[in-house]
Parts: sequence; structure tokens; C-alpha cells
Amino acid sequence: MQPLFRSRRDRLDRLRRQREEAVEAASKRESIPQSGTQTCPNCNTECTNAQLVQTDYVCPNCGYHLPIGAYLRLSLLLDPFTFRELWAGLTAPNALDFPGYESKLVAQREKTALSDAAVVAVGKLDGRQAVFVVLDSRFFMGSMGVAVGEKVTRGVEYAKKHRLPLVIFSASGGARMQEGILSLMQMAKTSAAIEQFSRSGGLYISVFTHPTTGGVTASFASLGDITLAEPGALIGFAGPRVIQQTIGQELPEGFQRAEYLEEHGFVDQIVPRSQMRETLSQLLSLHRKGVFHR
Amino acid sequence: MNNLTAAQRVKLARTPGRPGTLDFVNALFTDIFVCKGDRLGREDPSIFGAIARFHGKPVTVLGHRKGRTFEENMKCNFGMPSPEGYRKAQRLMKQAEKFGRPIITFVDTPGAYPGLEAEAGGQGEAIASSLALMSALTVPVISVVIGEGGSGGALALAVGNRVLMLENAVYSVLSPEGFASILWKDASRADEAAGIMKLTARDLYQLGVVDQVIPEPEGGAHTDAKAVFEAVNQALTRHLNQLNKEKDLAAHRYQKFRAMGAVREEVEP
Ligand SMILES: [Zn+2]
Repeated sequence: MQPLFRSRRDRLDRLRRQREEAVEAASKRESIPQSGTQTCPNCNTECTNAQLVQTDYVCPNCGYHLPIGAYLRLSLLLDPFTFRELWAGLTAPNALDFPGYESKLVAQREKTALSDAAVVAVGKLDGRQAVFVVLDSRFFMGSMGVAVGEKVTRGVEYAKKHRLPLVIFSASGGARMQEGILSLMQMAKTSAAIEQFSRSGGLYISVFTHPTTGGVTASFASLGDITLAEPGALIGFAGPRVIQQTIGQELPEGFQRAEYLEEHGFVDQIVPRSQMRETLSQLLSLHRKGVFHR
Repeated sequence: MNNLTAAQRVKLARTPGRPGTLDFVNALFTDIFVCKGDRLGREDPSIFGAIARFHGKPVTVLGHRKGRTFEENMKCNFGMPSPEGYRKAQRLMKQAEKFGRPIITFVDTPGAYPGLEAEAGGQGEAIASSLALMSALTVPVISVVIGEGGSGGALALAVGNRVLMLENAVYSVLSPEGFASILWKDASRADEAAGIMKLTARDLYQLGVVDQVIPEPEGGAHTDAKAVFEAVNQALTRHLNQLNKEKDLAAHRYQKFRAMGAVREEVEP
């Protein structure tokens, strides 16, 4: 028995080390370098990258929340060494034979080191286990094709099966055009999964981050028990340019921003990045007993 | 009709004289009682709703309405629903479930309305909650794409146990014009876009998105509407009979949409 235990323990240790290294490598790849500067897209202030690391990539001058990658997002939320990624290498084929799509996918994968635009993970936040799905806008603008739809759906089904709370961070330009109608069908697939999860008594916290539009807004992202948004995030079904073309007039200041959605009753609270972990911890704690009472 | 290009079918699907939801409803159903309003403050005429009889049995009918005359077009917003239209549809679907009525939907919309008030009213939320609700209904749901199936605004009425499609109807994630302007920044290349989008009934049947293609007469549905009504009548009857034998219709629908899109499990990167 002893050798068997030892080999199992060694294998677990090895797997854990591999995972930790993977996260570290991924967050290194996606994080902005420590030296140098970049300009805030909102107020044009020049910020040093050292500063931005300190503020979780929020502009120190105006509070603009710069988009961040999925692994960095998870590293800001999860307890150390509790991260376990699920279905990391899942991809979808070019089912519609869309010209040039494969080579674009390869380029996106090389640029981001992601297999597609969603990361699913199980981990602990303040000691509470939950399933996290994070969309990454660096990969094809976070658009939802079959791979994203499948990862979201599997994440939801996993949470239902293991009776865990579910947290989804959305950031998406909408449907993946190159996967056409199959992208559209992911809206039905993911929404159906959320509905089953909800009926089983599971807690789903949906967090809108900048920008979330189209098919993601019109499916799982809008179906949370609790809906949060990062300050200033653009959230909508139709994109601002399409709306402007349709109505033929200028859009009002702040239209489709998180604050606008809060005013119109579609967001419970706007939560700055610096308070996100604390807020999620509070919500998970408030639902500790209530989850899966059915 | 086999040799038409995708772009030609897009034009047929949008032909003004093509039979719309109201034409199908009047031809196929009896004892029609029109239901209006979302009970939250508005009636959106771009989604038609009614209780009616299909071969004697009560059903709930829903469908996008574009209108015939210019006045009707304006009233129906050219078939582009607002959130209130989807909330009315949800109300009527819940009601159908309560009374055990099958639901038949007719899909014919360029898309949900991309307007200021529609966004303020939660177009995304309205579509999302329609998808969620529809996916779990315990009564049979059959959707027929009769003209344009435009994006999420179409899907919000098309989460059916069966999705049928007329031969020259089209169904896509975005209009060919929108597709061309996003991909090539040039909306005038819409015909070219239509050619690669896989939006025809046959393409969608091959992809497993559509369960049956209903043939149209030479020249399109508007050249012999009666024949099309009869073909749809037969298809609806057949599928309804099949679904009546299905034990768990919600599970059946879940599995149907769960299977949309194949994936690969790769280890890298
Ligand atoms: Zn700034």
C-alpha cells in the first residue's frame, strides 16, 4: 500500500505544481510589463505600469477600469493555490468552413496563450468553493462561438452537479461571426443550462465587465440571481454604432454604461474592482445556507 | 428551386408579398382569440399572440409581425420587437404551460429592434429570459421559420422541440448586410456575405439546427400561398403527433440545444 500512496501523492503534487506554474505563466503573459507607461483611454493620463499593477489596472487619475485577462482576473479573486482550471484545451472546429478562420484562431492563440475566449475554474474565494467562468476580451473580443458556449454550459452543469455557487464575469463583443448560426445557438444552450441550475436552487452571480454586448448580454449574462457591473462598463444588446445608425441621432452621454443600466433596473450594484473580492465574499456568505435548499 | 443562390433566397425571404405570421394563423387555425399586452405597461404589435384551435385542439400561437401596408409596417416596427414584445410572449408561453396547450411560433424578423428605448427597457434581458423560459417549458413547442430569422430576436421565439423552416426562409446570427459591414466594413457586399454565412434552410438542416425543410412552390411561397399553408399544416400535424408521445418535453428540448456545436478536447496550449 505504501508505494501506491506515495506514487499517488507524488502525482498529485506534480499536477498541482504544473497548474500553479501554468497560472503563473499565463498571468505573466497577459499582465502588462512592470516597466514603461501606458495612456488611459478615458482621461489620457500617462500611467506607469508599476502604478497599474498596484491599482489592479484601474486608472489612478479617473478610475477607468482597464480590461484585464481571465487569469489575471482570477488571480485577483481566488485564494492562493486553490485554482483548478477545467477543460483548458477545449476548442471548436471551423464547422462552417469559414474562409480564413483557422489561421485567425491560430494567431489569437499565439497572441493570448488561450485556447478560446473563456476560462472555467474551480477555486475558493475567502475559503468558499465556487465555479468561476471568465470571458477574456483579448481573444476575438471575447466573442461567443461553440467553444465559449460549451465551456460556459459545462461550467454551469458542473456547478449544478457539485452543488457549488456560480460566478460568471462577462466581457464580449457578442456572437462569434465566423461560427454563424452555431454561435447563435449557444445563446439558447447557455440560457437553458442556467435555467436548470437556477431551478435546482443554485446561486448565480453575473458580473458585467467592459464591454459586454450582443449575444452574451442577451443570454447567460442577463440571467443572474445577483447582477453586478464594473464602473463604466459598456453593456448592451445592440452596439452603440448600430443604434446611432438606426435612430439617426447622437446617443445621450453615459448611454449603455453600467450606471445607466443600474438606473434602469438591470444591475443590482456597481462594484469597483478593488471591492469585487469583498463583495463576492459577502454574497457567497449570505447564500451559504440558502443555496440548494431544494 | 434547388439552384437559387443564398443571396437570391435572402431576397425571396424578404419579398413583401410573402405570407407572414397573420396569413399562416388565418389559414391554419380556427376560433382565434388574439391576446395583447405585456401587463407591464405596453402592447408591442410586432409580436402577435393568440389562443386558437389547431385541428380542433387549443394551442397558443406566437409570431413576428411585419405588417402589410406601410401603416402596419410602422405600427409593427417592420417586425423588430421591443423588450415588451418578448415579455408579452413570455406571459403567453407561461399561460400556455399552465393550461397544457402546445405552442406554435412563426419566426419572421430582421432582428430585435436596436433602438434607444429598447436598450433602456432591457432588450438583452428580455431575450435572455425568453430563451431561459422557453428552454424549460413542459408543453410541446414547434417553431417555423417562415421568412427572415434574424439573430437573437428570432431565436427568442425559436427554442422549440422542433424547428422547421420554409425552403426560401433564411436564419442567421446577423443580417448579411450587418455581417459584411462588420467583416469587411462594407455593407454593399451583403450578397457575398450571404454566400458564406450558411443561412439557407438546407445549410441549416445539414448543420442540425433545423429539423425539416418545408418545400416552396417554384418562384417562392408568395406564388402559391395555399400550397405552402397545406405543407406547413401537414408538417405541424406530424411533429405535434410525434411530440405528444414524448415523455419529458423540457428534457428533450434541453438535449436538442445542448448538442448544438461539436467541440475538440485538446491539451494544448
Ligand atoms: Zn484615466
